[in-house]
Amino acid sequence: MNQTTRFERAQLAQGGAIEIDRLGVRLGAGAQAFDAVQDVSLAIAPGEFVCVLGPSGCGKSTLLGALAGHWTPSRGSIRVDGAPVAGPHPDRGLVFQQHTLFPWKKVLDNVAFGLKMQGVGRRERRERARELLGLVGLAGFEDRYPVQLSGGMQQRVEIARVLINHPRVMLMDEPFGALDAQTRLKMQELLLDVWTRVNTTIVFITHDIDEALFLADRILVMSPRPGRIIDDIRLDFERPRHPDLMTSHHFTRLKRHCLDLLHPQASITPLARLSPLGPP
Amino acid sequence: MDTTAPRTLDPPLLRRTGRLLLRALSLGACVAAWQWAATHHVDLGLVTFQNVPSPGDVYDAAAALLESPRLVLHLKASVGRVFAGFAAAGVAGIVLGLVIGRSRLLEDVLLPPLEMLRPIPAVAWIPLAILMFPSSELSMVFITFIGALFPILLGTIHGAEGADPRLVASSRSLGAGRWTIFTEVILPAAAPNIVTGLSIGMGTAWFCLVTAEMISGQFGIGYYTWAAYTIQNYPDIVVGMLLIGVIGMGSSALVKKLGDLAMPWHHMQRTKR
Repeated sequence: MNQTTRFERAQLAQGGAIEIDRLGVRLGAGAQAFDAVQDVSLAIAPGEFVCVLGPSGCGKSTLLGALAGHWTPSRGSIRVDGAPVAGPHPDRGLVFQQHTLFPWKKVLDNVAFGLKMQGVGRRERRERARELLGLVGLAGFEDRYPVQLSGGMQQRVEIARVLINHPRVMLMDEPFGALDAQTRLKMQELLLDVWTRVNTTIVFITHDIDEALFLADRILVMSPRPGRIIDDIRLDFERPRHPDLMTSHHFTRLKRHCLDLLHPQASITPLARLSPLGPP
Repeated sequence: MDTTAPRTLDPPLLRRTGRLLLRALSLGACVAAWQWAATHHVDLGLVTFQNVPSPGDVYDAAAALLESPRLVLHLKASVGRVFAGFAAAGVAGIVLGLVIGRSRLLEDVLLPPLEMLRPIPAVAWIPLAILMFPSSELSMVFITFIGALFPILLGTIHGAEGADPRLVASSRSLGAGRWTIFTEVILPAAAPNIVTGLSIGMGTAWFCLVTAEMISGQFGIGYYTWAAYTIQNYPDIVVGMLLIGVIGMGSSALVKKLGDLAMPWHHMQRTKR
Protein backbone atom coordinates (compact mmCIF):
# COMPACT_ATOMS: atom_id res chain seq x y z
CA MET A 1 0.00 0.00 0.00
CA ASN A 2 3.02 2.27 0.27
CA GLN A 3 3.81 2.37 -3.43
CA THR A 4 2.72 5.43 -5.33
CA THR A 5 -0.12 4.30 -7.57
CA ARG A 6 -1.05 5.75 -10.90
CA PHE A 7 -4.16 7.04 -9.18
CA GLU A 8 -2.12 9.21 -6.83
CA ARG A 9 0.11 10.54 -9.58
CA ALA A 10 -2.96 11.41 -11.62
CA GLN A 11 -4.33 13.39 -8.69
CA LEU A 12 -3.63 16.85 -10.06
CA ALA A 13 -6.63 18.61 -8.60
CA GLN A 14 -6.17 20.29 -5.24
CA GLY A 15 -8.68 20.03 -2.43
CA GLY A 16 -11.52 22.50 -2.73
CA ALA A 17 -12.08 25.60 -0.62
CA ILE A 18 -15.57 25.87 0.85
CA GLU A 19 -17.28 29.12 1.79
CA ILE A 20 -20.68 29.05 3.41
CA ASP A 21 -22.33 32.39 3.99
CA ARG A 22 -25.36 32.77 6.30
CA LEU A 23 -26.82 29.50 5.05
CA GLY A 24 -30.38 28.56 5.93
CA VAL A 25 -32.10 25.35 4.77
CA ARG A 26 -35.83 24.91 5.17
CA LEU A 27 -37.22 21.38 4.82
CA GLY A 28 -40.76 20.07 4.46
CA ALA A 29 -43.73 21.80 2.89
CA GLY A 30 -46.57 23.98 4.15
CA ALA A 31 -47.34 23.78 7.85
CA GLN A 32 -44.77 21.02 8.38
CA ALA A 33 -41.90 23.16 7.13
CA PHE A 34 -39.08 23.79 9.59
CA ASP A 35 -35.61 25.31 9.59
CA ALA A 36 -33.15 22.43 9.64
CA VAL A 37 -30.14 24.72 9.38
CA GLN A 38 -30.11 28.36 10.39
CA ASP A 39 -27.59 31.11 9.78
CA VAL A 40 -24.47 28.99 9.33
CA SER A 41 -21.35 30.77 8.10
CA LEU A 42 -17.97 29.11 7.79
CA ALA A 43 -14.92 28.79 5.62
CA ILE A 44 -12.95 25.58 5.06
CA ALA A 45 -9.43 25.70 3.62
CA PRO A 46 -8.34 23.45 0.74
CA GLY A 47 -7.26 20.02 1.95
CA GLU A 48 -8.60 20.52 5.45
CA PHE A 49 -10.20 17.65 7.38
CA VAL A 50 -13.23 19.08 9.18
CA CYS A 51 -15.58 17.15 11.43
CA VAL A 52 -19.04 18.48 12.13
CA LEU A 53 -20.10 17.28 15.56
CA GLY A 54 -23.60 17.56 16.88
CA PRO A 55 -26.48 15.73 18.58
CA SER A 56 -28.74 13.66 16.34
CA GLY A 57 -31.39 15.69 14.57
CA CYS A 58 -29.41 18.93 14.76
CA GLY A 59 -29.34 19.39 11.00
CA LYS A 60 -25.76 18.33 10.36
CA SER A 61 -26.83 15.86 7.67
CA THR A 62 -28.93 18.60 6.08
CA LEU A 63 -25.87 20.85 6.02
CA LEU A 64 -23.97 18.10 4.24
CA GLY A 65 -26.87 17.48 1.85
CA ALA A 66 -26.85 21.16 0.95
CA LEU A 67 -23.09 21.00 0.34
CA ALA A 68 -23.62 17.98 -1.89
CA GLY A 69 -26.26 19.90 -3.83
CA HIS A 70 -29.21 17.71 -2.87
CA TRP A 71 -30.93 20.49 -0.88
CA THR A 72 -31.39 24.02 -2.16
CA PRO A 73 -30.58 26.73 0.40
CA SER A 74 -33.54 28.88 1.40
CA ARG A 75 -31.13 31.64 2.43
CA GLY A 76 -27.45 32.42 2.04
CA SER A 77 -24.98 30.73 -0.28
CA ILE A 78 -22.51 27.87 -0.60
CA ARG A 79 -19.43 28.23 -2.79
CA VAL A 80 -16.77 25.68 -3.60
CA ASP A 81 -13.64 27.23 -5.08
CA GLY A 82 -15.65 30.38 -5.72
CA ALA A 83 -18.39 28.71 -7.77
CA PRO A 84 -21.88 28.46 -6.25
CA VAL A 85 -23.19 24.93 -5.63
CA ALA A 86 -26.02 24.37 -8.11
CA GLY A 87 -26.66 20.63 -7.76
CA PRO A 88 -24.90 17.30 -7.22
CA HIS A 89 -21.53 16.97 -8.94
CA PRO A 90 -18.82 14.28 -8.92
CA ASP A 91 -16.40 16.97 -7.65
CA ARG A 92 -18.24 16.69 -4.35
CA GLY A 93 -18.30 12.99 -3.50
CA LEU A 94 -20.84 11.80 -0.96
CA VAL A 95 -20.48 8.81 1.36
CA PHE A 96 -23.48 7.67 3.39
CA GLN A 97 -23.66 5.48 6.47
CA GLN A 98 -24.58 2.23 4.73
CA HIS A 99 -26.47 0.42 2.00
CA THR A 100 -25.87 2.86 -0.81
CA LEU A 101 -23.76 0.59 -2.97
CA PHE A 102 -25.69 -0.68 -5.99
CA PRO A 103 -26.65 -4.19 -4.84
CA TRP A 104 -26.93 -5.41 -8.45
CA LYS A 105 -23.39 -4.43 -9.41
CA LYS A 106 -20.25 -6.32 -8.47
CA VAL A 107 -17.75 -4.47 -6.30
CA LEU A 108 -15.55 -3.57 -9.27
CA ASP A 109 -18.46 -2.14 -11.26
CA ASN A 110 -19.68 -0.18 -8.24
CA VAL A 111 -16.29 1.50 -7.99
CA ALA A 112 -16.12 2.05 -11.75
CA PHE A 113 -19.58 3.67 -11.86
CA GLY A 114 -18.32 7.27 -11.79
CA LEU A 115 -16.03 6.60 -14.75
CA LYS A 116 -18.86 4.96 -16.64
CA MET A 117 -20.86 8.15 -16.18
CA GLN A 118 -17.94 10.07 -17.69
CA GLY A 119 -17.98 7.77 -20.69
CA VAL A 120 -14.66 6.04 -19.96
CA GLY A 121 -14.35 2.72 -21.80
CA ARG A 122 -15.06 -0.52 -19.97
CA ARG A 123 -11.51 -1.81 -20.04
CA GLU A 124 -9.92 1.35 -18.72
CA ARG A 125 -12.49 2.02 -16.02
CA ARG A 126 -12.21 -1.52 -14.68
CA GLU A 127 -8.45 -1.20 -14.57
CA ARG A 128 -8.62 2.06 -12.64
CA ALA A 129 -11.27 0.67 -10.29
CA ARG A 130 -9.00 -2.28 -9.58
CA GLU A 131 -6.24 0.13 -8.60
CA LEU A 132 -8.50 1.99 -6.18
CA LEU A 133 -9.71 -1.21 -4.59
CA GLY A 134 -6.05 -1.94 -3.90
CA LEU A 135 -5.71 1.49 -2.28
CA VAL A 136 -8.49 0.72 0.23
CA GLY A 137 -7.19 -2.80 0.86
CA LEU A 138 -9.83 -4.75 -1.04
CA ALA A 139 -7.75 -6.37 -3.78
CA GLY A 140 -9.23 -9.79 -4.53
CA PHE A 141 -12.85 -8.81 -3.82
CA GLU A 142 -13.58 -7.34 -7.26
CA ASP A 143 -16.14 -9.95 -8.28
CA ARG A 144 -18.17 -10.06 -5.09
CA TYR A 145 -21.57 -8.48 -4.74
CA PRO A 146 -21.96 -5.89 -1.94
CA VAL A 147 -24.22 -8.25 0.05
CA GLN A 148 -21.29 -10.69 0.27
CA LEU A 149 -19.10 -8.15 2.09
CA SER A 150 -18.97 -7.15 5.76
CA GLY A 151 -20.09 -3.66 6.80
CA GLY A 152 -16.52 -2.37 7.00
CA MET A 153 -15.66 -3.72 3.58
CA GLN A 154 -18.76 -2.12 2.10
CA GLN A 155 -17.65 1.26 3.46
CA ARG A 156 -14.22 0.76 1.87
CA VAL A 157 -15.97 0.21 -1.45
CA GLU A 158 -18.03 3.39 -0.88
CA ILE A 159 -14.85 5.38 -0.31
CA ALA A 160 -13.17 3.92 -3.40
CA ARG A 161 -16.28 4.61 -5.48
CA VAL A 162 -16.19 8.29 -4.53
CA LEU A 163 -12.41 8.67 -4.84
CA ILE A 164 -12.33 7.42 -8.42
CA ASN A 165 -13.85 10.75 -9.49
CA HIS A 166 -10.91 12.67 -7.92
CA PRO A 167 -13.32 14.77 -5.86
CA ARG A 168 -12.11 18.11 -4.59
CA VAL A 169 -14.37 17.70 -1.59
CA MET A 170 -15.40 14.47 0.10
CA LEU A 171 -18.62 14.68 2.11
CA MET A 172 -19.07 11.89 4.63
CA ASP A 173 -22.33 11.42 6.54
CA GLU A 174 -21.54 9.29 9.60
CA PRO A 175 -19.83 6.80 7.32
CA PHE A 176 -18.70 4.51 10.13
CA GLY A 177 -21.76 4.92 12.36
CA ALA A 178 -23.09 1.42 11.70
CA LEU A 179 -19.79 -0.40 12.33
CA ASP A 180 -18.63 -2.09 15.50
CA ALA A 181 -15.98 -0.31 17.57
CA GLN A 182 -13.05 -2.43 16.34
CA THR A 183 -13.90 -2.04 12.68
CA ARG A 184 -14.64 1.64 13.12
CA LEU A 185 -11.16 2.32 14.50
CA LYS A 186 -9.60 0.41 11.62
CA MET A 187 -11.64 2.39 9.12
CA GLN A 188 -10.67 5.68 10.76
CA GLU A 189 -6.99 4.79 10.38
CA LEU A 190 -7.58 3.73 6.78
CA LEU A 191 -9.35 6.99 5.99
CA LEU A 192 -6.50 9.05 7.44
CA ASP A 193 -4.02 7.00 5.43
CA VAL A 194 -5.99 7.46 2.23
CA TRP A 195 -6.45 11.16 2.92
CA THR A 196 -2.69 11.71 3.10
CA ARG A 197 -2.40 10.27 -0.43
CA VAL A 198 -5.18 12.25 -2.10
CA ASN A 199 -5.49 16.01 -2.04
CA THR A 200 -9.06 16.38 -1.00
CA THR A 201 -10.97 18.43 1.52
CA ILE A 202 -13.06 16.26 3.84
CA VAL A 203 -16.23 17.30 5.65
CA PHE A 204 -17.10 14.49 8.01
CA ILE A 205 -20.37 14.35 9.97
CA THR A 206 -20.42 12.46 13.25
CA HIS A 207 -21.96 12.42 16.70
CA ASP A 208 -19.01 10.46 18.09
CA ILE A 209 -16.66 12.83 19.94
CA ASP A 210 -13.71 10.41 19.94
CA GLU A 211 -14.04 9.96 16.20
CA ALA A 212 -14.09 13.72 15.56
CA LEU A 213 -11.08 14.35 17.80
CA PHE A 214 -9.08 11.51 16.29
CA LEU A 215 -9.68 12.44 12.66
CA ALA A 216 -10.06 16.17 12.27
CA ASP A 217 -7.92 19.25 11.82
CA ARG A 218 -10.87 21.19 13.01
CA ILE A 219 -14.19 20.41 14.71
CA LEU A 220 -17.32 22.45 14.18
CA VAL A 221 -19.82 21.83 16.98
CA MET A 222 -23.50 22.30 16.16
CA SER A 223 -26.36 23.11 18.52
CA PRO A 224 -29.66 21.18 18.56
CA ARG A 225 -32.22 22.16 15.96
CA PRO A 226 -32.23 24.59 14.26
CA GLY A 227 -28.55 23.84 13.80
CA ARG A 228 -26.01 26.60 14.24
CA ILE A 229 -22.29 26.40 14.75
CA ILE A 230 -21.61 26.98 18.45
CA ASP A 231 -17.87 26.27 18.53
CA ASP A 232 -14.94 25.97 16.15
CA ILE A 233 -12.12 23.92 17.67
CA ARG A 234 -8.71 23.62 15.98
CA LEU A 235 -6.80 20.43 16.75
CA ASP A 236 -3.03 20.45 16.57
CA PHE A 237 -2.36 16.77 17.28
CA GLU A 238 0.58 15.53 15.26
CA ARG A 239 0.02 13.43 12.15
CA PRO A 240 0.19 10.57 11.40
CA ARG A 241 -2.08 9.86 14.33
CA HIS A 242 -2.13 6.69 16.35
CA PRO A 243 -4.98 5.30 18.49
CA ASP A 244 -2.75 5.92 21.56
CA LEU A 245 -3.66 9.56 21.09
CA MET A 246 -7.12 8.85 22.47
CA THR A 247 -5.76 8.29 25.96
CA SER A 248 -3.57 11.40 26.07
CA HIS A 249 -4.28 14.16 28.55
CA HIS A 250 -4.82 16.83 25.92
CA PHE A 251 -7.28 14.58 24.09
CA THR A 252 -9.42 13.86 27.15
CA ARG A 253 -9.49 17.53 28.08
CA LEU A 254 -10.84 18.42 24.66
CA LYS A 255 -13.30 15.56 24.91
CA ARG A 256 -14.59 16.99 28.18
CA HIS A 257 -15.00 20.34 26.47
CA CYS A 258 -17.01 18.78 23.62
CA LEU A 259 -19.17 16.84 26.08
CA ASP A 260 -19.98 20.07 27.89
CA LEU A 261 -21.02 21.65 24.62
CA LEU A 262 -23.19 18.74 23.57
CA HIS A 263 -24.70 18.04 26.99
CA PRO A 264 -24.71 21.39 28.82
CA GLN A 265 -26.67 19.92 31.73
CA ALA A 266 -23.74 17.65 32.54
CA SER A 267 -21.76 20.64 33.81
CA ILE A 268 -24.54 22.06 35.96
CA THR A 269 -23.94 19.78 38.94
CA PRO A 270 -20.26 18.84 38.89
CA LEU A 271 -19.14 16.01 41.13
CA ALA A 272 -17.36 17.06 44.30
CA ARG A 273 -13.63 17.19 43.71
CA LEU A 274 -11.90 14.36 45.51
CA SER A 275 -8.50 15.20 46.86
CA PRO A 276 -6.19 13.40 49.30
CA LEU A 277 -6.12 16.69 51.21
CA GLY A 278 -9.82 16.60 51.82
CA PRO A 279 -12.42 19.09 50.59
CA PRO A 280 -11.07 22.53 49.74
CA MET B 1 -29.27 -31.81 17.70
CA ASP B 2 -30.23 -35.44 17.35
CA THR B 3 -27.00 -37.41 17.63
CA THR B 4 -28.69 -40.80 17.59
CA ALA B 5 -29.75 -40.49 13.93
CA PRO B 6 -27.85 -42.78 11.59
CA ARG B 7 -25.15 -40.89 9.71
CA THR B 8 -25.98 -42.21 6.27
CA LEU B 9 -29.37 -40.47 6.22
CA ASP B 10 -29.18 -36.75 5.70
CA PRO B 11 -32.12 -35.30 7.71
CA PRO B 12 -32.87 -32.30 5.43
CA LEU B 13 -32.84 -34.54 2.38
CA LEU B 14 -35.13 -37.00 4.13
CA ARG B 15 -37.52 -34.19 5.08
CA ARG B 16 -37.57 -32.92 1.50
CA THR B 17 -38.32 -36.35 0.05
CA GLY B 18 -41.03 -36.78 2.66
CA ARG B 19 -42.72 -33.51 1.64
CA LEU B 20 -42.44 -34.39 -2.05
CA LEU B 21 -44.04 -37.77 -1.37
CA LEU B 22 -46.87 -36.13 0.56
CA ARG B 23 -47.57 -33.75 -2.32
CA ALA B 24 -47.63 -36.60 -4.84
CA LEU B 25 -49.99 -38.57 -2.57
CA SER B 26 -52.30 -35.57 -2.28
CA LEU B 27 -52.48 -35.26 -6.07
CA GLY B 28 -53.11 -39.01 -6.36
CA ALA B 29 -55.88 -38.85 -3.75
CA CYS B 30 -57.61 -36.06 -5.69
CA VAL B 31 -57.53 -38.11 -8.89
CA ALA B 32 -58.85 -41.14 -7.00
CA ALA B 33 -61.72 -39.14 -5.52
CA TRP B 34 -62.53 -37.78 -8.97
CA GLN B 35 -62.49 -41.31 -10.41
CA TRP B 36 -64.78 -42.56 -7.69
CA ALA B 37 -67.24 -39.67 -8.00
CA ALA B 38 -67.35 -39.91 -11.80
CA THR B 39 -67.84 -43.67 -12.03
CA HIS B 40 -70.56 -43.67 -9.31
CA HIS B 41 -72.28 -40.64 -10.87
CA VAL B 42 -72.37 -38.99 -7.48
CA ASP B 43 -75.15 -36.45 -7.12
CA LEU B 44 -74.76 -34.06 -4.19
CA GLY B 45 -77.75 -31.95 -5.17
CA LEU B 46 -75.82 -28.72 -5.55
CA VAL B 47 -72.98 -30.38 -7.44
CA THR B 48 -73.47 -33.38 -9.65
CA PHE B 49 -70.95 -35.65 -11.32
CA GLN B 50 -73.59 -37.18 -13.63
CA ASN B 51 -71.93 -36.00 -16.84
CA VAL B 52 -68.38 -35.41 -15.63
CA PRO B 53 -65.87 -37.57 -17.54
CA SER B 54 -63.79 -39.92 -15.42
CA PRO B 55 -59.98 -39.79 -15.26
CA GLY B 56 -59.91 -42.88 -17.43
CA ASP B 57 -61.95 -41.18 -20.18
CA VAL B 58 -59.73 -38.13 -19.95
CA TYR B 59 -56.62 -40.30 -20.16
CA ASP B 60 -57.91 -41.95 -23.32
CA ALA B 61 -58.80 -38.59 -24.83
CA ALA B 62 -55.36 -37.24 -23.94
CA ALA B 63 -53.66 -40.29 -25.48
CA ALA B 64 -55.68 -39.78 -28.66
CA LEU B 65 -54.68 -36.10 -28.80
CA LEU B 66 -51.02 -36.94 -28.14
CA GLU B 67 -50.99 -39.30 -31.11
CA SER B 68 -52.81 -36.91 -33.38
CA PRO B 69 -50.69 -34.61 -35.58
CA ARG B 70 -53.03 -31.78 -34.60
CA LEU B 71 -51.51 -31.44 -31.12
CA VAL B 72 -48.38 -29.73 -32.45
CA LEU B 73 -50.52 -27.36 -34.50
CA HIS B 74 -52.69 -26.53 -31.48
CA LEU B 75 -49.66 -25.93 -29.31
CA LYS B 76 -47.87 -23.84 -31.92
CA ALA B 77 -50.88 -21.59 -32.43
CA SER B 78 -51.49 -21.05 -28.71
CA VAL B 79 -47.87 -20.58 -27.69
CA GLY B 80 -47.43 -18.06 -30.50
CA ARG B 81 -50.45 -16.03 -29.40
CA VAL B 82 -49.62 -16.10 -25.71
CA PHE B 83 -46.01 -15.13 -26.27
CA ALA B 84 -46.90 -12.32 -28.68
CA GLY B 85 -49.44 -10.90 -26.21
CA PHE B 86 -47.06 -11.42 -23.30
CA ALA B 87 -44.14 -9.74 -25.07
CA ALA B 88 -46.26 -6.72 -26.00
CA ALA B 89 -47.62 -6.53 -22.45
CA GLY B 90 -44.06 -6.80 -21.10
CA VAL B 91 -42.82 -3.85 -23.13
CA ALA B 92 -45.91 -1.71 -22.48
CA GLY B 93 -46.19 -2.65 -18.80
CA ILE B 94 -42.53 -2.02 -17.98
CA VAL B 95 -42.28 1.28 -19.87
CA LEU B 96 -45.58 2.62 -18.51
CA GLY B 97 -44.84 1.32 -15.03
CA LEU B 98 -41.43 2.99 -14.88
CA VAL B 99 -42.70 6.41 -15.94
CA ILE B 100 -45.82 6.18 -13.76
CA GLY B 101 -43.72 5.09 -10.80
CA ARG B 102 -41.27 7.97 -11.15
CA SER B 103 -43.35 10.94 -12.30
CA ARG B 104 -46.28 12.38 -10.43
CA LEU B 105 -47.53 14.17 -13.53
CA LEU B 106 -47.53 11.03 -15.67
CA GLU B 107 -49.10 9.08 -12.82
CA ASP B 108 -52.00 11.55 -12.77
CA VAL B 109 -52.34 11.45 -16.54
CA LEU B 110 -51.93 7.73 -17.20
CA LEU B 111 -53.02 5.84 -14.13
CA PRO B 112 -56.75 6.73 -13.86
CA PRO B 113 -57.73 5.34 -17.29
CA LEU B 114 -55.60 2.25 -16.72
CA GLU B 115 -57.12 1.68 -13.28
CA MET B 116 -60.57 1.92 -14.87
CA LEU B 117 -59.72 -0.65 -17.53
CA ARG B 118 -58.13 -3.04 -15.06
CA PRO B 119 -61.26 -4.67 -13.56
CA ILE B 120 -62.80 -5.37 -16.98
CA PRO B 121 -62.55 -9.13 -17.59
CA ALA B 122 -60.94 -10.38 -20.78
CA VAL B 123 -64.18 -11.95 -21.99
CA ALA B 124 -65.87 -8.53 -22.02
CA TRP B 125 -63.22 -7.29 -24.43
CA ILE B 126 -64.15 -9.82 -27.14
CA PRO B 127 -66.62 -7.70 -29.14
CA LEU B 128 -64.41 -4.61 -29.08
CA ALA B 129 -61.34 -6.67 -29.88
CA ILE B 130 -63.07 -8.00 -32.97
CA LEU B 131 -64.12 -4.50 -34.00
CA MET B 132 -60.79 -2.85 -33.32
CA PHE B 133 -58.37 -5.19 -35.07
CA PRO B 134 -58.15 -6.05 -38.74
CA SER B 135 -57.58 -9.78 -38.23
CA SER B 136 -58.97 -12.23 -35.72
CA GLU B 137 -55.39 -13.35 -35.03
CA LEU B 138 -54.56 -9.85 -33.75
CA SER B 139 -57.77 -9.75 -31.72
CA MET B 140 -56.76 -12.94 -29.98
CA VAL B 141 -53.26 -11.64 -29.26
CA PHE B 142 -54.88 -8.49 -27.86
CA ILE B 143 -56.94 -10.53 -25.37
CA THR B 144 -53.83 -12.29 -24.03
CA PHE B 145 -52.11 -8.87 -23.95
CA ILE B 146 -54.93 -7.53 -21.76
CA GLY B 147 -54.56 -10.54 -19.51
CA ALA B 148 -50.81 -10.10 -19.02
CA LEU B 149 -50.61 -6.30 -18.91
CA PHE B 150 -51.88 -5.39 -15.46
CA PRO B 151 -49.79 -7.67 -13.25
CA ILE B 152 -46.68 -6.48 -15.12
CA LEU B 153 -47.73 -2.83 -14.93
CA LEU B 154 -48.51 -2.93 -11.22
CA GLY B 155 -45.33 -4.86 -10.36
CA THR B 156 -43.22 -2.33 -12.24
CA ILE B 157 -44.94 0.69 -10.64
CA HIS B 158 -44.41 -0.84 -7.22
CA GLY B 159 -40.75 -1.53 -7.93
CA ALA B 160 -40.03 1.88 -9.44
CA GLU B 161 -41.71 3.70 -6.55
CA GLY B 162 -39.75 1.65 -4.04
CA ALA B 163 -36.30 2.46 -5.46
CA ASP B 164 -34.16 3.63 -2.52
CA PRO B 165 -33.84 7.46 -2.65
CA ARG B 166 -30.34 7.18 -1.20
CA LEU B 167 -29.25 5.10 -4.19
CA VAL B 168 -30.64 7.80 -6.48
CA ALA B 169 -28.87 10.52 -4.47
CA SER B 170 -25.60 8.56 -4.57
CA SER B 171 -25.80 8.06 -8.31
CA ARG B 172 -26.44 11.77 -8.87
CA SER B 173 -23.42 12.65 -6.77
CA LEU B 174 -21.39 10.20 -8.85
CA GLY B 175 -22.35 12.03 -12.03
CA ALA B 176 -25.47 10.20 -13.26
CA GLY B 177 -27.91 12.26 -15.34
CA ARG B 178 -31.68 11.93 -15.60
CA TRP B 179 -31.65 9.20 -18.23
CA THR B 180 -28.80 7.19 -16.71
CA ILE B 181 -30.54 7.23 -13.33
CA PHE B 182 -33.40 5.42 -15.07
CA THR B 183 -31.28 2.79 -16.75
CA GLU B 184 -28.63 2.36 -14.05
CA VAL B 185 -30.66 2.70 -10.84
CA ILE B 186 -34.45 2.67 -11.20
CA LEU B 187 -34.68 -0.23 -13.65
CA PRO B 188 -32.38 -2.62 -11.76
CA ALA B 189 -33.91 -1.58 -8.42
CA ALA B 190 -37.36 -2.41 -9.78
CA ALA B 191 -36.18 -5.62 -11.46
CA PRO B 192 -37.23 -8.08 -8.71
CA ASN B 193 -40.77 -6.68 -8.73
CA ILE B 194 -40.82 -6.62 -12.53
CA VAL B 195 -39.89 -10.31 -12.65
CA THR B 196 -42.67 -11.15 -10.18
CA GLY B 197 -45.10 -9.16 -12.36
CA LEU B 198 -43.88 -10.92 -15.50
CA SER B 199 -44.26 -14.31 -13.88
CA ILE B 200 -47.82 -13.59 -12.76
CA GLY B 201 -48.56 -11.96 -16.13
CA MET B 202 -47.42 -15.08 -17.94
CA GLY B 203 -49.91 -17.09 -15.89
CA THR B 204 -52.79 -14.68 -16.53
CA ALA B 205 -52.01 -14.64 -20.27
CA TRP B 206 -52.64 -18.40 -20.36
CA PHE B 207 -55.63 -17.86 -18.12
CA CYS B 208 -57.18 -15.73 -20.89
CA LEU B 209 -56.33 -18.16 -23.69
CA VAL B 210 -59.71 -19.90 -23.95
CA THR B 211 -61.38 -16.48 -23.97
CA ALA B 212 -59.07 -15.31 -26.75
CA GLU B 213 -59.50 -18.41 -28.88
CA MET B 214 -63.28 -18.29 -28.54
CA ILE B 215 -63.07 -15.48 -31.11
CA SER B 216 -62.35 -17.80 -33.97
CA GLY B 217 -59.76 -20.16 -35.22
CA GLN B 218 -58.92 -23.57 -36.31
CA PHE B 219 -56.01 -24.32 -34.02
CA GLY B 220 -55.11 -23.52 -30.44
CA ILE B 221 -55.58 -25.29 -27.14
CA GLY B 222 -58.20 -22.78 -26.06
CA TYR B 223 -60.03 -23.30 -29.36
CA TYR B 224 -59.75 -27.06 -28.90
CA THR B 225 -61.31 -26.78 -25.44
CA TRP B 226 -64.09 -24.45 -26.58
CA ALA B 227 -64.85 -26.58 -29.66
CA ALA B 228 -65.05 -29.69 -27.49
CA TYR B 229 -67.63 -27.94 -25.35
CA THR B 230 -69.76 -26.89 -28.35
CA ILE B 231 -69.82 -30.46 -29.66
CA GLN B 232 -70.28 -31.89 -26.14
CA ASN B 233 -67.06 -33.91 -26.18
CA TYR B 234 -66.52 -33.70 -22.42
CA PRO B 235 -63.25 -35.64 -21.94
CA ASP B 236 -61.56 -33.32 -24.47
CA ILE B 237 -62.62 -30.27 -22.42
CA VAL B 238 -60.77 -31.61 -19.40
CA VAL B 239 -57.72 -32.48 -21.52
CA GLY B 240 -57.65 -28.88 -22.78
CA MET B 241 -58.04 -27.51 -19.27
CA LEU B 242 -55.22 -29.63 -17.90
CA LEU B 243 -52.97 -28.79 -20.84
CA ILE B 244 -53.44 -25.05 -20.27
CA GLY B 245 -52.85 -25.47 -16.54
CA VAL B 246 -49.63 -27.40 -16.99
CA ILE B 247 -48.19 -25.17 -19.72
CA GLY B 248 -49.23 -22.01 -17.87
CA MET B 249 -47.59 -23.18 -14.68
CA GLY B 250 -44.45 -24.27 -16.52
CA SER B 251 -43.98 -21.02 -18.45
CA SER B 252 -44.65 -18.96 -15.36
CA ALA B 253 -41.99 -20.91 -13.47
CA LEU B 254 -39.64 -20.48 -16.44
CA VAL B 255 -39.98 -16.70 -16.26
CA LYS B 256 -39.23 -16.79 -12.54
CA LYS B 257 -36.20 -19.02 -13.12
CA LEU B 258 -34.81 -16.77 -15.87
CA GLY B 259 -35.29 -13.81 -13.55
CA ASP B 260 -33.32 -15.52 -10.79
CA LEU B 261 -30.52 -16.33 -13.23
CA ALA B 262 -30.38 -12.69 -14.33
CA MET B 263 -30.35 -11.40 -10.73
CA PRO B 264 -27.94 -13.52 -8.68
CA TRP B 265 -27.53 -10.62 -6.24
CA HIS B 266 -31.23 -10.66 -5.38
CA HIS B 267 -31.17 -14.33 -4.51
CA MET B 268 -28.14 -13.75 -2.23
CA GLN B 269 -29.92 -10.90 -0.43
CA ARG B 270 -32.96 -13.05 0.19
CA THR B 271 -31.02 -16.00 1.55
CA LYS B 272 -28.95 -13.73 3.82
CA ARG B 273 -32.02 -12.31 5.54
